[in-house]
Amino acid sequence: MRVIVVGAGEVGSSIAADLSSDHEVTVVDIDGGQVESISYGEDVLGVKGDGSDVETLEEAGIEETDMLIASTNDDRTNIVTCGTASVFSDVFTIARVKSPQYLRTWERGSRVFGADFMVCTDLLAAETITGVIGLATAQDVDTFADGVVQMAEFEIPAESPVAGQTIEEADRFDSLTFAAILRDDAIIIPRGETRIEADDDVIVIGSPDSTRAFSAAIAPERTGPDDIVIVGGSEVGYQTAKLLESRGFSPRLVEHDPDRARWLAEQLPGTTVMQSDATDREFLDRENVGNADVLISTLENDQQNLLACLLAERLGTDRTVAVVDTVQFADIFEAVGVDVAVSPRKATAGEITRFTRGRHAENIALIEGNRAEVLEFEVDEAGDAVGCTIRELAGKLPDGVVFGAITRNGELTTPRGDTVLEAGDHVVVFASASAVDAVTGVL
Amino acid sequence: MRVDWRTSVSLVGAVLKGLAVPLAVTALVAVVYAEPPTPFLISAAGSLLAGFALERFPQQELYPREAFLMVALTWLAVALVGSIPFLLAGTGVFTSPLNALFESMSGITTTGATVIDDFSAHSRGLLFWRQLLQWLGGLGILVLAVGLLSQLSVGGARLMETETQTEDLTKLAPRMSRTARLLGSLYVGLTLLLAVLLYLLFLLDIAPNMDPFNAVSHALTTLATAGFSPEPDSVGAFAPAAQYLITLFMFVGATNFVILYALTQGRTQALRESEEFRFYALLVAGVTALATAILAIDGEFTGAEPTIRHGLFQVVSILTTTGYATVDFNLWSPAVKHVLFLCMFVGGMAGSTTCSIKTFRWLVVVKSFRRELFTELHPEAIRPVRLGGDIVDEETVHDTTMYILLSIVIFVLLTVIVVVDSTRSGLAVGEFDAMSAAASTFLNIGPAFGAAGPYGSYADFPTVSKTAMVVLMWVGRIEIIPVLVLLTPRFWRS
Repeated sequence: MRVIVVGAGEVGSSIAADLSSDHEVTVVDIDGGQVESISYGEDVLGVKGDGSDVETLEEAGIEETDMLIASTNDDRTNIVTCGTASVFSDVFTIARVKSPQYLRTWERGSRVFGADFMVCTDLLAAETITGVIGLATAQDVDTFADGVVQMAEFEIPAESPVAGQTIEEADRFDSLTFAAILRDDAIIIPRGETRIEADDDVIVIGSPDSTRAFSAAIAPERTGPDDIVIVGGSEVGYQTAKLLESRGFSPRLVEHDPDRARWLAEQLPGTTVMQSDATDREFLDRENVGNADVLISTLENDQQNLLACLLAERLGTDRTVAVVDTVQFADIFEAVGVDVAVSPRKATAGEITRFTRGRHAENIALIEGNRAEVLEFEVDEAGDAVGCTIRELAGKLPDGVVFGAITRNGELTTPRGDTVLEAGDHVVVFASASAVDAVTGVL
Repeated sequence: MRVDWRTSVSLVGAVLKGLAVPLAVTALVAVVYAEPPTPFLISAAGSLLAGFALERFPQQELYPREAFLMVALTWLAVALVGSIPFLLAGTGVFTSPLNALFESMSGITTTGATVIDDFSAHSRGLLFWRQLLQWLGGLGILVLAVGLLSQLSVGGARLMETETQTEDLTKLAPRMSRTARLLGSLYVGLTLLLAVLLYLLFLLDIAPNMDPFNAVSHALTTLATAGFSPEPDSVGAFAPAAQYLITLFMFVGATNFVILYALTQGRTQALRESEEFRFYALLVAGVTALATAILAIDGEFTGAEPTIRHGLFQVVSILTTTGYATVDFNLWSPAVKHVLFLCMFVGGMAGSTTCSIKTFRWLVVVKSFRRELFTELHPEAIRPVRLGGDIVDEETVHDTTMYILLSIVIFVLLTVIVVVDSTRSGLAVGEFDAMSAAASTFLNIGPAFGAAGPYGSYADFPTVSKTAMVVLMWVGRIEIIPVLVLLTPRFWRS
C-alpha cells in the first residue's frame, strides 16, 4: 500500500516509522529540516511542501496513493489537506484533530471535510484517562464488540493477594480469560499452573463486570475512585472532566488562568473548578489533595505534569495519572513514580496505525508498543472459520495466540475448546506480534 | 448625546390615544346599566386630544434612555388620565383629587389598594373602570405599547426588556409585533376563559352572586394579579367553588407567560424544566402548609376544608401580589399575619403580571448565598450561579442583590413616612400596620393590616402618606430602576 503522511512532527514521524516496514511511505512537511531528518532516519520518501497544496500532493504521488494521513499539529491544515486530497477520489483520508468540535461535525455525515476517518487527539487522551482510572491498578483499557468485551492490562502490586497464585487459583471469574502475562521482555501465554508474580503485567479479556471484579481482586483495598482531582484545564483536562461528569463523577479541577477557569466553571456544571496554582503547597493542603483517590495532571507541559504528580504522591494521593506530550518521556514518568503516563500523541499514532493495519479486523489494541495485539474479527459467512471449533482453529495457529472472547448477537460467551463458530460472531483474540499475520490469515 | 425626550413623549401620546378605547368601552357599560356615560366619554375625548397633541413631537430611534423615560412617563400619564373619570363622577371619596389619583395609580399599577370605603356610593360604570384599569395595567399596556412601537418600527424589544427584566419574553417570535400579539391573545384568552368559567358557576347556581358583571370584573383583575373587586367583601362574597377557581387563575397569572405559551403549544416539559417555576410552586405549597397549620392550631375555622381553602387563598393572593380576600385576615392571629406579611416580599415569576421582588430574584439570591458559603470553605473555587442549567452572569447577580437591597431601603423609608405622618395627624397607626401598608403599596399588593386591611380602605391615611404611596406604587410597578435612572443628573446630561 502507498501511504502519504502529511506532517513530520512526533505523531507523523511515529506513524511513518510504524508503517514503513510494510508499506511505501511518503512524508510531506513544510519544514525541510524535518523532512530531511525523517527520510534519513526511516525508509521513507520525503517531500518538502504544504500538504494542503494540490501540487505538493501531486509531487508526492497522490494519484497512485491508497491512503493519506494528515497529522500536522494544526487542525485546520489537516482538514484542508483531507479536503484537497479528496479531489483524488481513490485515496482514503485520515485527519488528526485536537479539537473535538471538528470530530462532532465529522460524525454528523459521511465524508465531512473530505475525511474518511478522523482521530481526535485530546478526546482520545481523555478517553484513555477515564478508562484507566475507572479500574484501580489498570495500565491500559480498551473496549471491543460495542463495549461488551473489555481488554485490560494490570500491573500486579507486590502486596496483592493475587501475587504468587497460579492462574487456576486466580481464575474465579465467570467470563474472564487470562490472555497473557508480560514478564520483563517475555510474553507468557498462561496455562492453569502458571504462577502470577509481583510486577507482572497481566492482560485479561472479558466482560466489563469481570474485569472490574478482577481489578478489585488484585487490590481489594483500592475501591473505585470517589475523589478525583484534575490539575490543568487544557483541552484534555476539560474533556476528561466532561467524560467523568457523564459517568456520574464530581471531579475537582484546578486551573491557573482566571479566564479559562471561569469558562471551565461555566461549561462543567458537575465539576468544582478552582482557580489556583496546582503546585502551591498551601492550596493543596487546604483542599486536601493528599486524600484524593486519583490526581490527573493535564497541564501544558511535561515538567509541570511530573512535578504536580510527584507533589501529589508526596502528599499521599493514592494514584497519579500524567499526560505526557513527549512520547519518549512516558516510560521515565512511570519509572520515577507516576502511576500511569498517558501520551496523546502515542495514542493518536497508535489509533491511526491500528486503523491502517486493521481495515480487515474490526478493532485492534496495541500492547506495549507493538509487542502484541488484541484484535477483533467478525466471522465472515464465506470464511473458513464458520463451523470450526476453537480447538480446530487453534491447531492452525502458532503459539502466542489466545481466544479471549466471543460475542454472538451482542451476548458474551467465554470460548472453550469445543465452541463452534457461527457467521456473524465477533471474536476477540490476543496475538503476540509474530503471530498477528497468521491470525489475520485464518480469521 | 442628550436624551431625546420628544421621542418618548410622542410615544406616550400614541399610548394615550389607545387609552380612548377602554374608556369608550366603559361608557358603553355605563349605558347598559342606565348610568350617565359622560364622565367616560369626556375622559376618552381628553385622552384622544392629549394623545394627538403629544404625538406631534418628532420621533427618533428609541435608545435605552428614551425607553426608560417612555416607560416611566406612560404609567404616569395613564394614571393621570385614568383618574379623570373618578374626579368627574365625584361621588363618595372621589371628591378629593388625591383620592382619585390614588385609586387610578393603584389600578394601573395593579396594586389594588383602594380608598373606597362605601361601594354603594359608586356607579357600576366607575367600578368597572377600576377593573379595566387593572387589566390594562397587568399586561395590556405592555402589549399595547409593544404593538404600537413595533408598528412604528422602533425598538420594541428594548422596551420589553426594560419592562419585564427578562429576555426570554422577547424571544417568543422573531418579530416584536408577533410577540406582542401572542402575549396579548394569551392574556385575552385566559381572561375570557376565567370569565366564562365564573359565569358557568353562576348559571349552574353554584355561585349565585357571580353575575355577568362580577364574572367579567373578577376575570379582569385575577389574571392581572391586581386585586380590585366591586364587592365590599372581595372574593369572600362568592361560593367556595368560585374561590378555588380564582385561586387557580391567580396562580396562573403569576406564572411566566412564556411557560404558559409553551403549555398552549403542548410543551408540558416547560413546567418541569423551569427551575423558577418549581421554586415558585414549592414556595406557594410550603407557605400554604405553614399558614394552614397555624390556622388549624388557632382553631380559626371549623373543619379542614375551610381552613385549607382560606389559608391557600390568602397565601396565593398575597404572594402573587393580587390582594383579594375571602375573609378579613386582619382579624387572624399575629403568627399568620406575619407569614402573610412576609409573602408580600415574594411576588410571582418574572415575565408574569405580578409585581414585588419576584421569585427569579429570590432564587438568584438563594443560589448566590449558597455559593458564598461554599467559597468560604474553598476560596479558590469558581462557581457560576446557575438557573435551570443556564449561567446567571455576575452582573445580573449583582444587580439582583442591589435591587432587593434598594427595595428594602425604600420600604423602610416609606414606613417611616407613614408612621411619622400618621402620628402627626393624630391617626394611631401601629408599627406593624404601617409596615404592612408601606410594603403593600410599594410592592403593589393592595390590602394591608389594620385600617387598610382587606375589608378596610386607605381613605383615612393623611395626605403626605397617601402622596408618597402614589409615587411609590408607580416606582414599584416599573421596578424602581427606570425611575431612579431618571432621577440621576447623568441621565439628562450627555
